[in-house]
Amino acid sequence: MATLLDIINVGLFAATLRMATPIAFASLGGIFSERAGIINVGLEGMMLTSAFAGVVVSYFTGNPWLGVFASMIAGGLLGLLHALLTVKFRGDQIVSGTGINIFAMGFTAYMCQIIYGSRGASASVKGLDVIPIPLPIIGNHTPLVYFMFAAAILSHIVLFKTPIGLRIRAVGERPAAADTAGIDVYRIKYICVTVSGMLAGLGGAFLSLGHLNLFAWGMTGGRGFIALAAMIFGSWMPLGAFGASLLFGFADAFQMRLQALGLLPPQFILAIPYILTIAVLLGFARKVTPPSDYKPYLKE
Amino acid sequence: MEGITKTFPGVIANDNIDLAIEEAEIHGLLGENGAGKTVLMSILYGLLHPDTGKIIIRGKEVENYNPAKAIRLGLGMVHQSFMLIPSFTVAENITLGIEPTKRKFLLNGNKMVEDVKDMSVRYKLNVDPEARVDTLPVGVQQRVEILKALYRGADILILDEPTSVLIPSEVEELFKALHALKSQGKTVIFISHKLKEILAICDRVTVLKRGSVVGTVRAHDTDMEKLAMMMVGRKVVLTIEKKGIESGKSVLKIENLRALNDRGLPALRGVDLEIHESEILGIAGVEGNGQTELIEALMGLRKAEGRVFIDDDDISDLSTEKRIKIGIAHVPEDRQKRGLIGDFSVSENLILGSQDTPPFVKRLRTILDVKQISTFSRDAINDFSIKTPSEDTPVQHLSGGTQQRVVLAREFRRKPKLIIASQPTRGLDVGATEYVRKGLVEMRDRGCAILLISADLDEILMLSDKIAVIYEGRIVAIKPVEETNEQELGLLMGGG
Amino acid sequence: MEQLLGKLVFEIQRVLPQIIAILTAFLAGAVVLLATGYSPLNAYSAMIRGAFGDVFGIGQTLTQASPILFTALAFLFAFKCGLFNIGTEGQLLMGAFATALVGISFHGLPAFIHIPVALLAGAFAGGLWGFIPAILKTRFRAHEVITTMMLNYIALYLTGYMVNYPYKAPGWVSQTVPIEKSAELPRILQPTQLSASIVIVVLLAVIMQYILRRTTLGYQVRAVGSNLSVAESSGINTRRVMILSLVLSGAIAGLGGSGEIMGVHRRFIEGFSPGYGWDGLAVALVGGLHPIGALLAAVLFGAIRSGGMVMTRTTGVPLDLINVLQSLVIFFVAVPMLARFLKRREFKWRLS
Repeated sequence: MATLLDIINVGLFAATLRMATPIAFASLGGIFSERAGIINVGLEGMMLTSAFAGVVVSYFTGNPWLGVFASMIAGGLLGLLHALLTVKFRGDQIVSGTGINIFAMGFTAYMCQIIYGSRGASASVKGLDVIPIPLPIIGNHTPLVYFMFAAAILSHIVLFKTPIGLRIRAVGERPAAADTAGIDVYRIKYICVTVSGMLAGLGGAFLSLGHLNLFAWGMTGGRGFIALAAMIFGSWMPLGAFGASLLFGFADAFQMRLQALGLLPPQFILAIPYILTIAVLLGFARKVTPPSDYKPYLKE
Repeated sequence: MEGITKTFPGVIANDNIDLAIEEAEIHGLLGENGAGKTVLMSILYGLLHPDTGKIIIRGKEVENYNPAKAIRLGLGMVHQSFMLIPSFTVAENITLGIEPTKRKFLLNGNKMVEDVKDMSVRYKLNVDPEARVDTLPVGVQQRVEILKALYRGADILILDEPTSVLIPSEVEELFKALHALKSQGKTVIFISHKLKEILAICDRVTVLKRGSVVGTVRAHDTDMEKLAMMMVGRKVVLTIEKKGIESGKSVLKIENLRALNDRGLPALRGVDLEIHESEILGIAGVEGNGQTELIEALMGLRKAEGRVFIDDDDISDLSTEKRIKIGIAHVPEDRQKRGLIGDFSVSENLILGSQDTPPFVKRLRTILDVKQISTFSRDAINDFSIKTPSEDTPVQHLSGGTQQRVVLAREFRRKPKLIIASQPTRGLDVGATEYVRKGLVEMRDRGCAILLISADLDEILMLSDKIAVIYEGRIVAIKPVEETNEQELGLLMGGG
Repeated sequence: MEQLLGKLVFEIQRVLPQIIAILTAFLAGAVVLLATGYSPLNAYSAMIRGAFGDVFGIGQTLTQASPILFTALAFLFAFKCGLFNIGTEGQLLMGAFATALVGISFHGLPAFIHIPVALLAGAFAGGLWGFIPAILKTRFRAHEVITTMMLNYIALYLTGYMVNYPYKAPGWVSQTVPIEKSAELPRILQPTQLSASIVIVVLLAVIMQYILRRTTLGYQVRAVGSNLSVAESSGINTRRVMILSLVLSGAIAGLGGSGEIMGVHRRFIEGFSPGYGWDGLAVALVGGLHPIGALLAAVLFGAIRSGGMVMTRTTGVPLDLINVLQSLVIFFVAVPMLARFLKRREFKWRLS
């Protein structure tokens, strides 16, 4: 007989931390990009490609850390592409991001088919090892989960307590003012969007190397978009987005537990995170103002 | 600066300009809108690259120029529209780019505040380092901009139209500060189109006309008429012919209008106004005292309490669409935001707001009557001398003056009862300005009531039958134009 | 004669950026093929043969083009209003299921009633799926990129539930029972699957162009999309226009789903859409955001898809190359500098 305790227990909160990790990384990435004035809806595609890259490298080298590194590079490269299309070529930011998403869907499935002979899933690879800390909830996680905490705090410090953070925020809010203050607006945008790709990459790395230890078609499942909602909910502040990610991570973990218990048809449960995302946007997209007007910066 | 030339598509902004500035002088750069002053100074500051020519600072020619280099060489620029980050504090804005740090990577907030306090005292420019810039009045924001330049070690300050957003008392304070800076050995380049101020503050003046230098003179060797001649090349018509007309019945009546601004603070605190047929009511006031909110409330674009009557009908609850249809026309101050759709053609813009009324629509008010629209457009283009290759040209390709003509054509052709004209000649050259002013007077002669809002006191005095002063969301005075003057208005505008 | 030639040249120059983008994308695709050990020549020739080589190929190409054009038009209409509807996939699914429901629930109706009712149901369901993000945007300022994307997933799971539980037909496959014959759209090119839906969608493209250019609704949609604040100041009810735009957009996508169910599959099968929504987005962009351009681009993408299936069968190149090619096209089309560069060239050329 399934009782409430089967669902709500220590394991649920531990799972919350795990499932929050990819969303948190991606939303931090989103924050860096948007604080510099570029919308990044391609987080989903960056995560997916990075997840795949990580698995491939781990597969061929047997070293999951090299895989994580590869994930960061893959995400960073796509971030650089997005920066190029939107900053240098002043292309539409949403079109570029969506293009990256479509690219990722096709490219990862294509390469998966070629390398592993199946477009659905790759072979199992060596994932990251759990760190055996004997604490409830926050113990016994793979390193990326702990990175998530560090990343959130570091992002906050960088954005609000360092000169470069000040400059990033200036570039996003009023690029002309930053320009006349002698700041290289283009360089900062490039760096921030690339970093946002790298952070998304870490999120992808978690999914494939820190969680399932393989790559599955479409494994990001819309998390790149949920990360955007987390970012908005957190008012484009790293710690706020981190909190929101915990909320979404909870929904994800909760949904998985419900599914395992087989109480309801899987579809209802699977839809929970997406309905929650909309609900979050409803309640909290009211009075928040984004940090930028996201117009392309024209220097003559 | 020697031989500076800079062209943009379709226009030569700077044509082989030579300019020499001496140390510790206040040098004026005089010219109309579009004469090339801002472009020239942007080049001097490294924001724009000239097509030809060189810049020599303290005897050395500059290479690979950009604002960062300009700053290193001691140049500082205060722009017409402020380059401040609204959500940052004064200290953050001033130190942006050369922030003091502790432990190498972290911001040293305390030192930032200290530094600003020091400078504030040194240069006698009073600011609160920890205040958020978007809460400060415009005059204080300007001080922040100046301090920003000084913080970077500027010896040469370029001020672009610094008084355009100041009330007379703030202008006085600015001049005092500039004299103080001069006595400390700083050089100031003062860009303006206002003859009076140039003469008041500058030692020498260089006059630009249509991208070329007309000449450089000492301020005490010249006067307003001579400068105006140099600036425009002909005798400037400083007044518009206006015949006396009996004003008729009440067209617009506003009772106790109250409204909040975008930040939720009161912008209109109980405005009472009345305008009659054949009457121009000018509203004088420094920007930011509720003018924008007043216009938006009248047009139905902003929620407001109180009553608004047109021809004695209460329209307070009508939508924007209905208000336009019963005869309120709007010549906006920001064409990009409220006036014209850049991608749309001239004819599409001419029917904006009336796109669902006959004769522009055929059956059932859903299908556009292209023939009628075309005829109407061609008529309007003719009558208003709109310089455009065709009626299908997107308006963003037209000059500012031509765009304003499109706006006028559209609004006047509606045969409105009330015209709300906001900063109608801002950014226009002398010819276009004259045209707009004449057009407004003509509409008034035909029976229109006109609400004129302008930051240009001369324009208000020139065109209005009655003048009202708005200050902090209230009308503080209404007088017939014959019974007041610039000094009195200036005082009222500043709250005196 | 000279005038006609001049006009033709002008039109070609206008679409030149898109053509170059497509060619460049195929070139990049060739690089990908080479890098993964396939012959671009073989792959592309198989694709072309598959798409246009015979009646069957052409029929398949147009069959694939049809739903893609629906979603492209849907995306286009919202885009003209300044809205990013990336939820066409979900709207298509909802429309498809609603149609299937009408198709299987009513017995003994004559075709001339059943077909329009089924189509209406599809449009309604899709329109509803466009109404939700519209309200969320206008009332709650929720960005439609996120909400429409979420609704894609919700539609997926909702229809998934429906077809696996209450409406599941007996057997292993997740599908409904077949729709009544009276709800089927006639096949117009035997022996292919091409149905009358292609006629509907081509008509829709023409109608859309007319609406955008010649009606007050189209004027208002374009005004809101071009400059929201000016549109507002001129009295246009921007909220209403945006909602209408998204609802119509969703309805069109929904009709795309209807077309597939009534014309091709004749029942709702889980996963019947291989991503028509995303194809539609690419097609809208490649078509220069113009309904007629979208029509041509849809045929191109339909060819890529149908030819691609043949290519996979005969050369073994993974089907996902299609997505890779599509996204490459989007990248190259999304680069405005290319267009500007060509425009400058064009200007000089015309002067000489």
